[in-house]
Amino acid sequence: MNWFKKKEKPSQEENDSHAVTRGLLVFAHPTTVIDVEQILREEGYEIRVVSPPPSYRTGCDLSVEFPLEAEAAITELLNNSNLTPLDVVPITSKGMEPLQFVRKKWYGKYLMVRAANMKITVDTETKIIVNISGGGCPDVPYLATALIGKHINEAPDLTEVGFSLCAYSLNTAREELVREIGA
Amino acid sequence: MLLLVGAVPVEDLPLLVGPVAYNEKGITVDGYELAINRGNEAMMTSACITCRHYGVDAPIGLVAGDIGKRKGSEAIYNYLIEHLPEMGAKVMTLHYVMPDLKLNKKVLATIDTMEHKPMMIADAGSMYVAKAGGDSHYYDVFTPDLGEAAFLADDKADHPSFTRGFIFNMEEDVPELIRRAYAGNNATKTMFIKGAVDYVCQDGEIVDTIREPSIETMEPIGGTGDLITGMISGLLYAGVDPLQACRIAGRANRAAGELSQPTPATQVQEILRCLPRALDKVHKDLGL
Repeated sequence: MNWFKKKEKPSQEENDSHAVTRGLLVFAHPTTVIDVEQILREEGYEIRVVSPPPSYRTGCDLSVEFPLEAEAAITELLNNSNLTPLDVVPITSKGMEPLQFVRKKWYGKYLMVRAANMKITVDTETKIIVNISGGGCPDVPYLATALIGKHINEAPDLTEVGFSLCAYSLNTAREELVREIGA
Repeated sequence: MLLLVGAVPVEDLPLLVGPVAYNEKGITVDGYELAINRGNEAMMTSACITCRHYGVDAPIGLVAGDIGKRKGSEAIYNYLIEHLPEMGAKVMTLHYVMPDLKLNKKVLATIDTMEHKPMMIADAGSMYVAKAGGDSHYYDVFTPDLGEAAFLADDKADHPSFTRGFIFNMEEDVPELIRRAYAGNNATKTMFIKGAVDYVCQDGEIVDTIREPSIETMEPIGGTGDLITGMISGLLYAGVDPLQACRIAGRANRAAGELSQPTPATQVQEILRCLPRALDKVHKDLGL
């Protein structure tokens, strides 16, 4: 008899099924997650912005994965910030994170920044947004109308006027644009 | 009937179904005026111009206002679920709508009941929801740009925003993206990939590339891809086969870009104005 037989390591699936340590905050619109992410990170919570599990998916969703032991404190914080989630659920599988890579391209004085499928172009001399391209959710043409012709500082906040994952990606591109040329 | 389906950025605009017409100021759907914008309006205008060019009936629009709050998109899905079989659509283009997996599957279930299924083109949100639902095989033509081609190539992503980084970074290798999209059954029989080089694919093979004229400043201009989708729609309705429609539309889009002499600040209306002349030029060049 081998008294020192090594205990078999549980599979990932077994781990997932027994140790539910993470929860998911589900919101009505992906862009709400931009504000939620900022607030929770500032408070020092270890969170991930992820796609929800299949039962919660519509095809254009974003949610926030958080440590389940902090549920009470986090929901209170969000309620006090008028960012109440639609639902809070425990999860066992990892969601996918939205793409954070960006690409930049210069056209003389114009700079185009692309995040995922969204592109924003600015005249770097005037800092006026001159074009928005890409995307497929129906708020994209609306956002283009709202942003084009505006100074990058004066353009509406995408967390207030956008509702989709395309708007989330457009915000990622816009943040990079501000980092590159300044506000 | 050529049926053009999509949301427009006018909050609370009720669902409209009716003929699409265009003039210098914009387009009308069932008599309701809409300004030309990137997205569905640009696609519908381009389809109208193409139909007029080929002497076929103007398209019918099925639109509703939606600025991302879903209500208009849901009205569109529900109308299709209830009425598509009686509409007599020969070609149907599905464009900007809020992806909704359950409602889109109901639309596809309705199509399954139809004796004569329309030819189906999808772009934008309608293409996202088709791919996310594993339903690409229902459609005849997808018209992705490079970012969307990477999304189609990623069998795990259900929206372009979730494309994994290593696939996003494959964009220098478009043939590999195409191979992955077809291998994952996330591509259509005919597919047009819009980019610095346009790729026309048929049954998994790249059968044409379009490189000239190269108008670099077209990329930042919102709506140029919508013109391609609209032209392909009109061409299919005029009886042109999907592959040839892609070849014509890709070349006409570049020709219109060249004629409009765009800067990165140009708006899509200026390119649309050049589309009739561009179609003439491409016909002449291709000896059609």
